[in-house]
Amino acid sequence: MIDKNFTRREFIRNLSVTALAGLSVPFLSSCTKEEAEDFLQKHFLEMTEEEKKQVISKLEQRYLEKYGRKFQISTKEALPETLWGYGLELSRCIGCRRCVYACAQENNNSRYARMLHWIRVLRLKRGNLINLENSEHYYTPETVPEKGFIYLPVQCQQCQNPPCVKACPIHATWQEPDGIVVVDYNWCIGCRYCIAACPYKGRVFNWSEPNLPKDEVNPDVHYLGNRPRMKCAVEKCTFCIQRVRQGRYPACVEICPTGSRKFGNLLDPKSEIRYIIERKRVFRLREDINTESKFYYFFES
Amino acid sequence: MTWAKRIYIIASVFLLGVLGVTHSWAAAQEFPVPPPPFTEGIFPCSQCHASMETNRKKRELKEEHTKITMHHAETMRWCLDCHDAKNRDKLRLFNGELINFTESHRLCGECHGNLYRDWRAGIHGKRTGSFAGTGKRTYLLCAHCHDPHEPKFKKVIPEPPPFRPTDRRELK
Repeated sequence: MIDKNFTRREFIRNLSVTALAGLSVPFLSSCTKEEAEDFLQKHFLEMTEEEKKQVISKLEQRYLEKYGRKFQISTKEALPETLWGYGLELSRCIGCRRCVYACAQENNNSRYARMLHWIRVLRLKRGNLINLENSEHYYTPETVPEKGFIYLPVQCQQCQNPPCVKACPIHATWQEPDGIVVVDYNWCIGCRYCIAACPYKGRVFNWSEPNLPKDEVNPDVHYLGNRPRMKCAVEKCTFCIQRVRQGRYPACVEICPTGSRKFGNLLDPKSEIRYIIERKRVFRLREDINTESKFYYFFES
Repeated sequence: MTWAKRIYIIASVFLLGVLGVTHSWAAAQEFPVPPPPFTEGIFPCSQCHASMETNRKKRELKEEHTKITMHHAETMRWCLDCHDAKNRDKLRLFNGELINFTESHRLCGECHGNLYRDWRAGIHGKRTGSFAGTGKRTYLLCAHCHDPHEPKFKKVIPEPPPFRPTDRRELK
């Protein structure tokens, strides 16, 4: 058998039979038609409008069955002339973690048996700001703010030069024209390279099936943002993409009881974020590693 | 008077009126503030104060407003420095101008100029709703966050910390 010489014709015939068998695996194997469709779904950026509509209606149907609510899944594209930027005033943040929970509420994060947070509030000794290694994010005092400490909330910094996007082997995460780094959860294979690449710990992983109670669901979602995720998908802050593309403030900005959080369009000279950059003492976390983050921390001056 | 002149006068009066209306509308829209944070049933103040005699003496209030504690430069301030003595439903600026409670930021801005500048730009304080487009927007007044009689923030109870990898409390 081994000695037998294949002619070119035979070789090609065998090859095409093998390829056909490989392609038909999703259809003939034990998985259902729906799973096969999911498996063959295209990358979000390569879908036509028609295909997007099909995927959206399929997802809406699935969420209706799972959560008993009619979802509105938006695929609204980036607005022209926008580049979103965020400002956070450190002299005002009291570390109350209201933003952490408002974020989870808005973005349909997993709730129990591990609640996933997209915002991490670090507590640092006053006068010790640069040493992030000495920070603590499990602090539980009776009341905040505590004397001698400052609080530094960290979330995805929406880098203009994002290391996570470079690390992704399958382009499941990319930067939108308005500067938001998004994830196509259906395309993500859960390799977690992006988590390792992110210098801000801005991404979290669904180790188990997300646990989202029916009555806590937010049905106003975006395909690339806060739609309910599945097990083994990496997720992250998207500056509330479903809100900011409609011109609304992100959920963390709206909840902050001290008004420390500011948001705006970096390309609009009249926006709040431009006012901050032009008039306040701002800094970005880990500027030295050239991520060009669009998250500006500032102090009252 | 010729017809042309009459038409000219009527047209200019009409145009002035239109301009005036749009101007006042724009002024009202500049800071879309929610209703001021009154204790329920306390406003209008004149419903009680109209029948009372004005006592300008600085004293401890024993019958009414006992819950108000003054920690806002209290040694040199008294109620009637900000609240108008004659019209209790208004606040009073330094120059004697009476303003509504919905414009109280102007009164605060008379002392806290740098913060007022930032507030007008949307940096100090809080804005909710829409920052662009035609959606509803709300700018909180100074008094929504700071009690004007006791402006320092009180301590709050923080939300629980995140899950620790070694922590079993959330597993049911």
